[in-house]
This record gives sequence, C-alpha cells and structure tokens, in this order.
Amino acid sequence: MSDRRDVWITGIGLVSSLGEGLEAHWAALNEGKPVVDETGFAPYVVHPLAKINFDSQIAKKGDQRQMEPWQRIGTYAAGLALDSAGIKGNKDILGTTDMVVAAGGGERDQSVDGAILTEIEKQPKPDVFLNEQLQSNLRPTLFLAQLSNLLAGNISIVHGVTGSSRTFMGEESSGTDAVRIGFSRIAAGTSEIALVGGAYNAERRDMLLLYALKHLAKHAPWSPVLKSANGVPTGSAGAFLVLESPEHATARGARPIAKLSGIWSERARRGDEGAVEATLATMIATARGDTAEGTAILSAASGAPEPTKAEALVLERSGLPVRSVTDRVGHGLEAQMPVALAIAALSVAQGRLFPPLAGETLEKPFDEALKRVIVTGVGHWRGEGVALVESVD
Amino acid sequence: MASYTDKAGRPIVVVTGMGLVTSLGQGKEDNWAKLTAGQSGIHRITRFPLDSMRTTIAGTVDFLSESGRTAPDLSEQLAQLAADEAIDQSGIGSKGNFPGPLFCAVPPIEIEWPQRRILAQEAAANAAVTYDDLLRAAETHQHGAWHERFLYGSIADHLADRFGTRGQPISLSTACASGNTSIQLGVEAIRRGDCDAALSIATDGSVTAEALIRFSLLSALSTNNEKPEAASRPFSKNRDGFIIAEGAGALVLESLEHAVARGAKILGVVEGVGEMADSFHRTRSSPDAKPVIGCMRAALADAGVSPDEIDYINAHGTSTPENDRMEFTGMSAVFGERIGSIPLSSNKSMIGHTLTAAGAIEAVVSLLTIQNGRIPPTINYETPDPAIPLDVVPNVARDAQVNRVMSNSFGFGGQNVCVIMTGEPA
Repeated sequence: MSDRRDVWITGIGLVSSLGEGLEAHWAALNEGKPVVDETGFAPYVVHPLAKINFDSQIAKKGDQRQMEPWQRIGTYAAGLALDSAGIKGNKDILGTTDMVVAAGGGERDQSVDGAILTEIEKQPKPDVFLNEQLQSNLRPTLFLAQLSNLLAGNISIVHGVTGSSRTFMGEESSGTDAVRIGFSRIAAGTSEIALVGGAYNAERRDMLLLYALKHLAKHAPWSPVLKSANGVPTGSAGAFLVLESPEHATARGARPIAKLSGIWSERARRGDEGAVEATLATMIATARGDTAEGTAILSAASGAPEPTKAEALVLERSGLPVRSVTDRVGHGLEAQMPVALAIAALSVAQGRLFPPLAGETLEKPFDEALKRVIVTGVGHWRGEGVALVESVD
Repeated sequence: MASYTDKAGRPIVVVTGMGLVTSLGQGKEDNWAKLTAGQSGIHRITRFPLDSMRTTIAGTVDFLSESGRTAPDLSEQLAQLAADEAIDQSGIGSKGNFPGPLFCAVPPIEIEWPQRRILAQEAAANAAVTYDDLLRAAETHQHGAWHERFLYGSIADHLADRFGTRGQPISLSTACASGNTSIQLGVEAIRRGDCDAALSIATDGSVTAEALIRFSLLSALSTNNEKPEAASRPFSKNRDGFIIAEGAGALVLESLEHAVARGAKILGVVEGVGEMADSFHRTRSSPDAKPVIGCMRAALADAGVSPDEIDYINAHGTSTPENDRMEFTGMSAVFGERIGSIPLSSNKSMIGHTLTAAGAIEAVVSLLTIQNGRIPPTINYETPDPAIPLDVVPNVARDAQVNRVMSNSFGFGGQNVCVIMTGEPA
C-alpha cells in the first residue's frame, strides 16, 4: 500500500556454527565449509554453536545461570543486534523498542528424566514415584529456563528492551510471523523500532527426539538439503534484527544495512497435491515483482523430504540464483527465518552473493551485483514464509 | 450515521461473538450464572495421585472427553468449544470458513511422561535409560502422530483447519498475559486494515502433575487445600498463592463497518490495548509497579479515554501476596484516590488462574458484565488486607451500570497487557 512506510534493517545480531557477527559469517560463507558434528549426537548430524564468550553480552553470571543454552544464544544475539544498531544501553530508545521473539521451549533435565525412566516401571505406584522424583529433583528455576516467553523476558532483563514483548511459537512460521508483525507495525506507523528474531539450540537430544518421532532428524553424513532432502540437519543459531522506520533511524543518525521490503506468511493445505509448490510460487512471484535483475533466492528449506523437494522444485523453476542457508548453518526451526534474513541483509549490503557449495547442484555461480534477496522457508511440517530484502540506494 | 473510525481515525474494533469454558462449565450462560452466584470451580484434583504434593487443588476442566489426556489435546478441545460458541453467536462467515486470521495463545507443549515411558519400554535398555534409548525407540517405531501433537503449532493448525481461518495462524505466549495479547494482535490487524475480522483464542488445559510441581517449586501456588472452594482469595490478607486452572476464551473481532454491513449484533468494543515489558526479574514485578502503570496508561491512551471514564476493573488478582499488592500500587498511581471506590473484582477467586487463557476468559466476562449490568464478585473476601483498600465487590454480585471496563493481565517474564472495552460504539 502506498501509505505504508519503508522498513529499514539497522541492526543485525547473528551467531551460528560459523561464528558470531557479520564479518565472521561473511568470511565463512565465502569459504564455503559448513561446520558439522557427525559424532557427538550420533547417528544424527548437527551444526554446533561456535565457541562464544557469553560474558561479553550477558555480563552477569547469575543471569547466565538462569538461562538454558537456547536463551543464552538468543540473549547474546539480541545484544549483538542492539550493538550493531547503536542503541545498546540507550534507555530512552530501548524503553520504546517493540520486541517480537520466535521461540520454542527449553531443554529438559535429561539426567532427571533418565533416572526416573530407569526406575519407574519397577515401582508399585509409578505415578506416585514420578511425582516424588520430580518434586525432589527438578531445579525450581529450570521451569523459567524452559518457558517460551522467557527468552524475551531475559532480553528485557539483560538488555532493557521494554517497549513491548511478544513471543510467537509454532516452529518455522513463528520466525516468519515475528518478523512480519514487527515489520507491519513499523510500516503502518504504529511502531518506530523493533527487535525481532529467535534462537535455537540444536545440541540437545530432547529436541532431536521430536524430529525422530517422525523419522525426520537428519542422520550423518552431512549432505546438501536441496539436493538430497533426507532429513533435518538441525543447527544451533540465534538471529535478531533491529527494524526501524527511516524517520526514526535518520533522526538518530543511524544508517540502514538493508531494507526489508516485504514478508509474507502462508499455510498451504499440505494434504492437497501440489499445494506447497503453488503457494510458494505465488509468494515468490509477489516478492519478485517485475524484475529479476540483481535478485537471488536464499532458501531456509528444512531438509524434511516432502516440503523440501517441493521448495527445491519451485526454486529451480524460478530461474533465479539460489543458495541454501540450511546447508551452511543447519536448521534452527523457529530461528531459521531470522537467520536467513540476517544473511540476506548481509549479502545485499556486501552487494554480491557468496559462492555455490559443492554438491548442491541447484546452486550456480552468480557474479552480478546483488541488489535483492528473496528468502524462502517452507516449514518442515506447516507454514510457508517468503521475504524480500533489498539494498538501500 | 455513527462513524466507523475512532478518535484516532482507526477502524473501530468490535466483538460480535464470545465463547468460554472454565472449571465452572461450558458456555457463557452456565459460566455467567455461576460466576454471578459466587460459585467456585476449584476442587480436589483427581487427574493424578496427590501423595506428597504440597498443593492438591485446582480448577481443572474434568468434564470433557480430552480431560486427562495430553495438555495439547485438552487445550485444543477447550479452544475449539470456546471458538465454536463465539463463531456461532457471531454468525460470521460460513461453516468452516472464517473470514480472517487466527491468533491463538497456547500453553507450553512438550512430549509428556506417558509417551516417554512408552519409548523407554520399547527401547528395553539393559542399563540406565538415556535419551539415546528414547531416540532409538523413536527411530524404530511408528509414533509420527506424537511429532505433530507436540509441535507448538499443532493446536492452532487444527483449529485453522476446523474454522477455515485465513493464512498461517499465529501461536503465541506472553505467559499469563497471553489472552490479552491474542486480542491485541487481532485489534492491531483490523486497525491496520490487514483484515476485517479476526479470531482470538486463548486456551490452557495443561494441568499435569509436572506442571503443578513446577509452579509449586516456585512457591507460586496456594496450599489452602482443606477447603478448595475457599482457597483463592484475591486481595485478602490471608491470600497465599494462586490456584492453577484450565479453560479457554474466544472472541470474534470485527471492524465496526464489517459488523454493521452484515447486520451483526455488537457485543462490545475493544477501545484500547496497552503493554509494557518489565526488566526487573523473571517472576517478580518491579516493586515500584512502573511497568504495570505504564501498561495501564498505554491502554488508556490507546483507547483515548481518561482514568475517570473507567467504571469497573476486571483485575488480574491472582491471590498471590505479591501480585495483588503490586496491582494495587499500580492502580493507585493510575486512578489516584478514586481507586478505593471503583468496583473491581477478580474472576480468579472463582475459576482460579487459567494462565494462558486468563486474559481472554476475563475479557469475555468483562463484556458480560457490561451487557448484564451486574458485576461478578470477588469471593472468599473475608479478611480484607488493610494495606490494599479496594472495593472488590466482596462475595456477592452487585447490580451496577458498567460502561467501560479495564481488564489487566500480567505474566512471568515481565509481561503486562491491559485491555479497555466498552459496550456500545460511541
């Protein structure tokens, strides 16, 4: 709509298996070597988080202890984003910053669970035993490290973001919708600045279990997802974007990294033959508009066989140059769309696309100046998301 | 001809359908009769054994087919029943074809103990059971249905299928403020012109043994077990914690223009919503109540009304020592001396704290309060807390003309959302 405002990306915080920050990611993306762990969680492959010094964004050890790894990853990435936007510690701005976080749930105490499961079937009253064990052995504060909205809560506490705080769940779509709602409010003039993103810890067996129930967790060895699509290679990652109206950014002398020109969320009826392909093709056409010049696609495809095959087919038909985000950093579920958007913004800011990955046959060299990136993400079970990131001229 | 836009020039958002389920029963009629009769839905828990439990009472919903199954199963059924009632009343769209998006607040979801135990038995480990054993069992057996069931998005997804809402539904949590956030997202979407109607649902059927234990370990729950119906005592001196409970609330939101065009009966107007996050602590509110004050003022500003124009408050009123004191402090700052004479009540005195669902249920009750000119009481108010002098409509419902309601919800993680509703479009 014509009365809508532009939405700038003025800050990016990104951590993954490739490192932390934009420079490290740009270097690693150009080098083209994914970091994978094929033995620690055998038989599965995961992309482990790079070594991070959490102290640099979460100063208090007490705060760190109150968090599970997914919350630390997210709180850390949020801090990087605020730094990148130049608003870290700026109480006036943080007090009006609107936050939308995409989150799942936290890690269970797997040793407590294991101990209970080892003994429970031998008990005369298993349910009574269970309750006794949980009461004696669960850490009281673990609950808070598991609650979905406590990533946002920790960001409020550690970084002072208090304008508003909303948490979306619902796997991949929650990442798309978190960005979409932050974007829509700024575009409509009801918000000036927003912190949006998510975090995921892949290095946990209880999360792998959720995928394994449907036989969707990717087994080693690693392989490119668009070519093989034989399971979800999960990856630890956190990504936050600072979205801002041009007026607000200009007034405080901030420069845009890139422009978020649109973001769309859909729900194909997956039971219908060809529904994912049709939905995604329409969304890409909307994002693409009239020009393909300087345009590439970054795919956040999960690696789950059916939806990823559908996505790969549509990407191939688009004729646009394609890169798989998941090949490089793994799949971060709720965080995957924010991660892909961070890499998209980084790429248009650099003005070129990073090189293809060996074995991912859909990826072709692209040497033109890069001006626009369409991000696609088809959820491993539900939900299709597309976004358009453009360079700011 | 009345205007379709509010003072700020935005589309006026109205409510045309409401539904709810609580431990008191299913549907508005049953709930309203019991709420205004001062009846409690709190009872002894029968869902799981209570040996060694510090708290043995709750407001569980035990009368449904999914009661006692998994948290997402019951939460989905609660949501579906509430939404069925709301959409029926609204008469919007056609069966299975709701002309707008779904915003659905859902409780925490994860694989539960019965499933873990089955996997552990299937794995038949010789030594201590670990998650590697569970993974092995998952890989070699067919439990695909559990994958879907324990995804955060599956409740809203199934509801989207049933009601035919548009686009990808948003599943959300702002802890105990979630119900208000589900309404807020709908209001914003309609105001932006993204849609003409939205379905806001908040549901919680998550009272499992482990959930009870987790809240109990945080010392958040009442241990007044002897007389369950008298345990929830918001704003009383002898309040000692909240009562965990289940339920769901659903609202059909529409632009006034859309509602009028199709001749719908208008049940109320959502005039304003305000929020402000608290950076003080993970479970405790800032003692100066600044975020709560900011949230209420933001809602008043969003509605374009002054504190003097509020004539009833549907309080968060959880019955924890801290919340009720902090809420009083916040309201005192916003309403000044008038706070002592504004009727205010806590539905939680009767239905307990329905956590994720509370805001939506209380919004429905707030609009019923306006509609019926009758304020549901705060029951169990036998020993007033002299530190928080309030007119809590003690123990007995009161007839009163109520034009405009403020409904508060606050949650762990520094979540504060306040909604302002009125009966008739201006």
